[in-house]
Amino acid sequence: MIQVNGLTKDYGARRAIDNLTFDAEQGEIVGFLGPNGAGKTTTMRVLTGYMPPTEGTATVAGYDIIEESLEVRKRVGYLPETVPLYNDMTALEYLKFMADLRRIPDAEARAYETLEGVNLKDRANSYIGTFSKGMRQRIGLAQALIHRPEVLILDEPTIGLDPAQVVEIRNVIREIGKDRTVLLSTHILTEAQQICDRVLIINKGKIVTEDTPENLQARLVGAQRVVLRVRGDSDGLTGKISKVKGVHTVDAKPDGSVEFEFGAGEDARPQVAKAVIQAGYDLLEMRPIGMSLEEIFLELTRDNAAGKKAS
Amino acid sequence: MRNIWTIAKREYNHYFISPIAYVVAFIILITLGIYFASIIGFYSRQALLSGGAQAPDITPINWLFVFLLVFTTPAITMRSLSDEARTGTLELLLTAPIRDYELVIGKWLGGFLFILSILAVTLIYPIILNSLVTPGIDQQLMMSSYLGVILAAAAFLALGVGISAIFTNQIAAFFSIFGLFFTLWFMMGLFSQLVQGSGAQFFEYLNISGHFTALNSGSFNLTDLVYFISLIALGLFTGTTAVEVRRWR
Repeated sequence: MIQVNGLTKDYGARRAIDNLTFDAEQGEIVGFLGPNGAGKTTTMRVLTGYMPPTEGTATVAGYDIIEESLEVRKRVGYLPETVPLYNDMTALEYLKFMADLRRIPDAEARAYETLEGVNLKDRANSYIGTFSKGMRQRIGLAQALIHRPEVLILDEPTIGLDPAQVVEIRNVIREIGKDRTVLLSTHILTEAQQICDRVLIINKGKIVTEDTPENLQARLVGAQRVVLRVRGDSDGLTGKISKVKGVHTVDAKPDGSVEFEFGAGEDARPQVAKAVIQAGYDLLEMRPIGMSLEEIFLELTRDNAAGKKAS
Repeated sequence: MRNIWTIAKREYNHYFISPIAYVVAFIILITLGIYFASIIGFYSRQALLSGGAQAPDITPINWLFVFLLVFTTPAITMRSLSDEARTGTLELLLTAPIRDYELVIGKWLGGFLFILSILAVTLIYPIILNSLVTPGIDQQLMMSSYLGVILAAAAFLALGVGISAIFTNQIAAFFSIFGLFFTLWFMMGLFSQLVQGSGAQFFEYLNISGHFTALNSGSFNLTDLVYFISLIALGLFTGTTAVEVRRWR
């Protein structure tokens, strides 16, 4: 559905995206993950026909983004980062205007239907200027969905929303992503983890790595980390644990808990538990901590050497 | 064509909720109303005193209308594309399946229809005049005069929309548009008197008030028509180019 080949975009002397190559299949939700200024928005603007690339090609829904820009635009729904709304229009007027631009036959009926889909039907005749941030985001999404596009491109769709609204928008996106292609950008890693089938990590205009969220996590976790907590004082505990076979490192944390790490394939947890209990401590908790996507992300984007190691 | 109409419709409707448009309509209509009343008063006094007078016509009213457009159309067009760029809605329009020129022409058409709506209100004046004057006012002069108003309004709006597309700040757009209109309306005539020969001719050709006055005095000339149509084309071309340039940076 989306095929990107060697896409490059320069702003004057600054290279915003550098030789990007990736694709996205139908029914796939692809997450575009990266720090601010990594080139996510630029890539999306090129793919939606807002600006031409400096070099490279891309096809969206089977049409070339440069040669057949209008055809691409007909088939893409786009939610830019700053939600493009007219505050002086009502929700219904706005969607009707967008439906007219998209040449949808029964514009008003479709506008109503789409409003219902984003749970704003009861505010159809309110001015957009009076809407909360979450409602603005939803009406922006409605605008992107009104022509039932084959490809949906969403730039930071959940930014600035409260947790309940985030869940709501994510559910909407997941629903849409079942039979359509969704490309969304985010810098919230848990979001990518929760809704994306595949994650592209981009930094300084380049793709650092590309994989499913699960694989990304598994690939980077070489060792197992476990946190352990006992009742009362944990003095002297580190010494006991470090003597157990297979334990590499032991750290006493300021909050009284202890973290230890052991190599993959040699589970030291039963031995550690025995050692702790034999030493007379009351074991309260022992829990593995996986490396979070946050840590993976920092690891990958810290410098290019880390990126090469990962890919 | 349908895309142009969609854009024009939204632009036109926008004017009816915009305070600036109401202020502009109010200024134009109140000024013309007072002026019209004083013209009627002047001619009726003449008729009473001397038992007969030269018949008044619509041209001074139309001249004032266009004169007011020099000051008001910059305010009407300043935000047309600059504000879309500022609020980010330009991104919406530039990723919708419409061509850049359709957007610019639609913006122009919306503003033009708004001015035509104000002009339609002033049609009451020739109707009143026609009923007061026997055997009626000069129809041909009136037609030529209104053609002049319509062409001048179309040209002002096209240039205004075109310049607005260059800016993101509507105040900057306003002063640029007004500066251009001021130059075309007041300065060109002045320049043409300062220089001689073909230079004078050149400035005289650019003088917008000269071309309008020609039409407003009933002398229909192809040069005037070409002049106004060129200005409209120039304005729309500038707008389209400015929108395209925005895509590249």
